[in-house]
Amino acid sequence: MMDKLKKQLLGPSAESKQELLGKLVSYIAIIVIGGLVGTILVFLTIKGVALFNNDHFSLWQFLSGVNWQPSHHLYGALPMIAASFGVTVLAGMVALPLALVVALALTEMLSKKINQFCQPLIELLVGIPSVVYGYIGLTVVVPNLRQLFGGTGFGLLAAACVLFLMILPTMTSMTIDSLRAVPKQYRMASTGLGATRWQTIIRVIIPSARSDIFTAMVFGMSRAFGEALAVQMVVGNTTIMPKGLMDSAATLTSVITTGIGNTVMGTPSNNALWSLALILLIMSLAFNLLIRVVSRKGAR
Amino acid sequence: MKKIILSVGIAVIIAGLGAGWVVAKKQPPQEKVTIVGSTALQPLTEAVVGKYPNSNHTSITVQGGGSGTGLSQVQAGAVDIGASDIFAEQQDGITAANLKDHIVAVSGIVPVVNKRLGVDNLTMNQLRQIFTGQVTNWREVGGPNLPITVINRANGSGTRVAFEQTVLKPGTHSVNAQEQDSNGTVKEIVKNTPGAISYISSAYLNRDVQPVKLDGVRLSTANITTNKWPLWSYEHLYTKKRPRLATQNFINFMQSKKVQNSLVEDANYVNIHDMKVERTADGQVSERK
Repeated sequence: MMDKLKKQLLGPSAESKQELLGKLVSYIAIIVIGGLVGTILVFLTIKGVALFNNDHFSLWQFLSGVNWQPSHHLYGALPMIAASFGVTVLAGMVALPLALVVALALTEMLSKKINQFCQPLIELLVGIPSVVYGYIGLTVVVPNLRQLFGGTGFGLLAAACVLFLMILPTMTSMTIDSLRAVPKQYRMASTGLGATRWQTIIRVIIPSARSDIFTAMVFGMSRAFGEALAVQMVVGNTTIMPKGLMDSAATLTSVITTGIGNTVMGTPSNNALWSLALILLIMSLAFNLLIRVVSRKGAR
Repeated sequence: MKKIILSVGIAVIIAGLGAGWVVAKKQPPQEKVTIVGSTALQPLTEAVVGKYPNSNHTSITVQGGGSGTGLSQVQAGAVDIGASDIFAEQQDGITAANLKDHIVAVSGIVPVVNKRLGVDNLTMNQLRQIFTGQVTNWREVGGPNLPITVINRANGSGTRVAFEQTVLKPGTHSVNAQEQDSNGTVKEIVKNTPGAISYISSAYLNRDVQPVKLDGVRLSTANITTNKWPLWSYEHLYTKKRPRLATQNFINFMQSKKVQNSLVEDANYVNIHDMKVERTADGQVSERK
């Protein structure tokens, strides 16, 4: 009798066992996810440096060369790096102001009814698969650009247009969330001091949501940077340095998707594609770090 | 009560699985053959698989992935057959001596231009100059005053390798031009872009684009079989040196006169039994014995 009571009082209760089990499950989940990420990092790095270690191609030539001709063992990746950045920045530059204006209109100006109708619509657009955007680009954007500017219509501008369409919903819905997060008291205080709606938006709301808005922009741009399919369909895939917006070009992702099926594992041309993938990975890590830094600054 | 239902349910599932396993053990084993590679050849292979009479004993899976993938997978022993548009000798990183080549079709390649251009004949030399970038305006080859827009296929694609082997001289680079992934996209661009030139597999030729005659010779099956039309390539199925019986049976079926006369010709490929010439991996053409 005494023993039983003692056990009940001093031993672990059912609830504490529950706690332990929960802890165990979450640790396992963390280890699995961490392991996966680690494996991908290690695998990509090993594959990505093979071009420089095993095939003795110089890193500097890879990053600064402008000739990409795998059949002649020339692997200059600069045109692709430049094109990737070009389309991303172009799309981001156009999308950001538009996303900001739409978000401001929806949160600060328009009536609740319009808001309730528009926000699900925007969130729906976020989920559209990229191949659909690519197809729209191929059938709508490219022919129109061809009519307007001549040439084939395929090129940087077409890719930037498609990416702009793709990241606009993402950026808009994230910006809406960031504006919603601004406390109501700020708006009331500003109005109480006699500020107009314009003044409130410019002086109070945007500055206090600044870091979240910036995060939305970087997030959208990192999505644009890594997009493969939609871009590959409209960019033209020419591995030369683009000189104008209507020139066709090739991005890091489009070269990987077109090339990977035609090369054999372990050959220099295949390793070069892995090196491109490594650059992509490093860039998306950089984007993530940037988001971290920005949001930490905002929190202070 | 709930526990009883649950345990009965589990018992039923286990019994079902066990019974299924016993039944499966009793049946004759089904051979599996996997074909991976060329996306251009995939529709034809799938059509042949659909008509394969041994399908209850052999289950055949056809996947795309590209010629390079097909060759490397069969070399690694991961699949039974690697489908390829190019010779194994032409692919970097493949030891052709370890593989066995089975030719299952011949495909013509035809240069195509925009319909409104008004050019329907080029000499081989002019074609070479266009694709190496020495000629950049149609005026120089007897056309209107219009810049030439070259559309190439992706680096390493089978059609491009075969085209360049015949058209370009050894050691010359092709002009760095737009590259597209598929015959369909190439055709679409040539159809809509004034001054565009490219080349497609003859199976994809239709009224949207203007086929070009080479030195006055028209693309036709008869001209391909005698090499009067020099732009053609083989479609290969590669296996290991000693393929399994099930694999060999399927390849024999695909090479049979019956399949070649019906399915292969219906898909606009050239019957391998009609060929009067043969070509080696390094591009030498000779009379067929």
